[in-house]
Amino acid sequence: MTEAAFDVIVVGGGLHGLSAALHLTRAGKRVALVERRWTGRHASGATAAGVRTLGRDIAEIPISLEAMAMWHRIETIVGDDCGFHAHGQLRVAEMPEHMPALIERQARATALGYSHEELIDAAELRRLVPALSPHCVGALVARRDGAADPHRTIAAFCRACEAERVVIAEGCGVEAVDRQGGDWLLVCGTRRFRAPYIVNAAGAWAGRLAALFGDAIALGVRASMMIVTERLAPLLDPVVSVVGRALSFKQAGQGTLVIGGGLQGSADLDRERSTVDFRQLARGARAASDLFPAVQGVRIARCWTGIEAETRDHIPVIGLSPNAPGLVHAFGFSGHGFQLVPVVGSILAELVCEGQTRREIAAFTPARLMQERAVA
Amino acid sequence: MSDHTDLLIVGAGPAGMAAAVTARRHGLSVRVVDDQPAPGGQIWRGIETVAATPRAKRLGESYLSGAERAAAFRACGAIYEPASQLWQIEPGFRAFVTRGGKARTVTAQAIILATGAQERPVPFPGWTLPGVLTVGAAQILLKTADSVPEKPVWIAGCGPLPLLYMTQLLAAGGRIAGFLDTTPRGRIGAALRHLPQGLGRLGDLIKGLSWSLALRRAGIPIIRHVTELRAEGEGRLQRLHYRTENGQEAEVSAEVLLVHEGVVPNIHAPLALGCAVSWHADQHCYVPLLDAWGETSQANIFVAGDGAGIGGAEAAEPRGRLAALRIAARLGRLDGATAETAAAPERSALSSALALRPLLDALYAPRPQLYAPPDETLVCRCEEVTAGELRARAVEGRPGPNQLKAFTRAGMGPCQGRQCGYTMAHIIAAAQGRSVEEVGFYRIRPPLKPVTLGELASLDEQEPAA
Repeated sequence: MTEAAFDVIVVGGGLHGLSAALHLTRAGKRVALVERRWTGRHASGATAAGVRTLGRDIAEIPISLEAMAMWHRIETIVGDDCGFHAHGQLRVAEMPEHMPALIERQARATALGYSHEELIDAAELRRLVPALSPHCVGALVARRDGAADPHRTIAAFCRACEAERVVIAEGCGVEAVDRQGGDWLLVCGTRRFRAPYIVNAAGAWAGRLAALFGDAIALGVRASMMIVTERLAPLLDPVVSVVGRALSFKQAGQGTLVIGGGLQGSADLDRERSTVDFRQLARGARAASDLFPAVQGVRIARCWTGIEAETRDHIPVIGLSPNAPGLVHAFGFSGHGFQLVPVVGSILAELVCEGQTRREIAAFTPARLMQERAVA
Repeated sequence: MSDHTDLLIVGAGPAGMAAAVTARRHGLSVRVVDDQPAPGGQIWRGIETVAATPRAKRLGESYLSGAERAAAFRACGAIYEPASQLWQIEPGFRAFVTRGGKARTVTAQAIILATGAQERPVPFPGWTLPGVLTVGAAQILLKTADSVPEKPVWIAGCGPLPLLYMTQLLAAGGRIAGFLDTTPRGRIGAALRHLPQGLGRLGDLIKGLSWSLALRRAGIPIIRHVTELRAEGEGRLQRLHYRTENGQEAEVSAEVLLVHEGVVPNIHAPLALGCAVSWHADQHCYVPLLDAWGETSQANIFVAGDGAGIGGAEAAEPRGRLAALRIAARLGRLDGATAETAAAPERSALSSALALRPLLDALYAPRPQLYAPPDETLVCRCEEVTAGELRARAVEGRPGPNQLKAFTRAGMGPCQGRQCGYTMAHIIAAAQGRSVEEVGFYRIRPPLKPVTLGELASLDEQEPAA
């Protein structure tokens, strides 16, 4: 039995946990990160790694824009460019009747003072994505958006954490939590970790961890499916999504097509497994081949799902626990957390070090999901 | 639903055909899906068309015995879907099949995976050069197209298949430049300890010896106890470099090199279905965990044939029949006692077919160098990852195969680790001082076969989303 004392223990070795650990240690804290399996095992290792401000929930826009600025200087943060390329993200209208949704969206963002989303016509769309089927009529574009390499990103955050002497304990799942004076004691098999502050970044399992601290938070689960194809010659640079269909379509640096968009498989939290549902996935393949007819003969190399927490309102939980002193939550990104990684770590560091943050996170308060406990 | 059958069999080789015939005899509706255009599997590949030609005789009697099996299978009343790729099975069971560019789903109560074996991947420097093939691939060309390499071929490896192929190649008028026998010194002594239990199969042993004798009589150079092999050339194979256990080294010119280091079960489908596997120490591979009927840890999924553990065609047939009997009993077409009675002769045939296996496993166990290729060797040919890269990453933080896959992309390409899986596991084990069994294997992602986006999309037309 070993026991170690820290200032903060981050639970969960996904990208949000790693980012929190990195920012906390840079703020002068002694940090341990405990991860039941290994870093990047679940949602972070299964993400399409879209770096997207386009179409964000209004509540997310301020932190998403700040995260975007951080992505553009990610190398100065983690010492590696994470394979990030800002080729833009587009939300395409296939039919004239799809345009009003984009026009309204852009008007609403402009009214709030945001200018990152731009409406473009068919000619500009064709210029940006020549491979797109000619039937598409226009799009909303965020030109500074893009995509990164997920595994390279995980590796970069791990290396940065290690360089800052974060203790990363893999194969270390939290089994029990105990309050001892001003500290929390986390029991992980034969290992114990003690600290006054705990960051809950346990992803799909964050609701279970919260419950160990007495926080009952209503949380669902997603298992978004992805398709990766064999490599092919350069076809397009930006990431393309489309109004009214579940599709996100891009080409990775290796030349493979990465196709996702939120189509759901099934997840089993107890077995830590998720399963692809090909009848659903066929809709994604249909959308991909409708928008890019040239890819019909491209072979699929593999498909997978990742397990991720989903909140009722599809925006994350970020904030101090109203019940447990020193506990900070960051989870429930509902399938679009990758882009927020750099900024959320910084927010968590502020919450731990100062008990508050200058960022706008009121909408993400854990309390909003804790009232309907009896119903959930 | 018209696409529903009691039993879905994947693979129309010895196990699949035997299972289909038995299941039909007990009144089950059966669908057999197979990659190949005609029945027979690898062992009896092309048998229906070849049987009537002079080529058949050259391929030998055990090849010819496939003709009656294929005929019985054709007549048994199973729905047979050749040239069809099964690429996913979902619980229930719903299977996804592509045929002629269209994907569709079929359903079944029970499944027999009779997907056979693959040649054990042999990574060595230069193994991806044009001109380097496997013996198995060359034998398929010989069986199906009567294809004989124009130039003298070098053969490297061990096991019965290189001997059989060389015999068949000579009969077909081919020329052999030499045989680099990679069987380590001292193996015969170790193997002979298993002889007593294999005495009943002495005929097989004699057949193997007769192949060896024929080669020696033909004057083919045989270099024993080869430990290292390197293929070299500009754009294609031009030279071979080898070294033997006693340090003898040579470089020879070569245009064709055929390699073979035994076969391992196809385990991707059972792994993808969540079936438990165990490490078969004698055969140096994973095998599905099966009960006496061939049922996996997942109810109503059976494995028969070489996919259950390498046993050859004669073991495959009783395994197929045992699985079919159990399924017939499960579905109420046969009472338990009758199934047991019918199983008894099958079990005895199986144990007789497997009697010589321990001797062969000991004699032809993969040489230790096989899974310790030099740093410059390409291990994952899809993503072009070398042994050196894997070794370097394997020592950083004790990663397992799935982490190393994420770090290096090895195993992420179209073959999904079929080529690099075991080498990856051995490299990790050696670097971390662990056993291969402890290191484990890749998680297998669907699809099991590379279906195209258009084919998958065709499923959406067929079944509008709910």
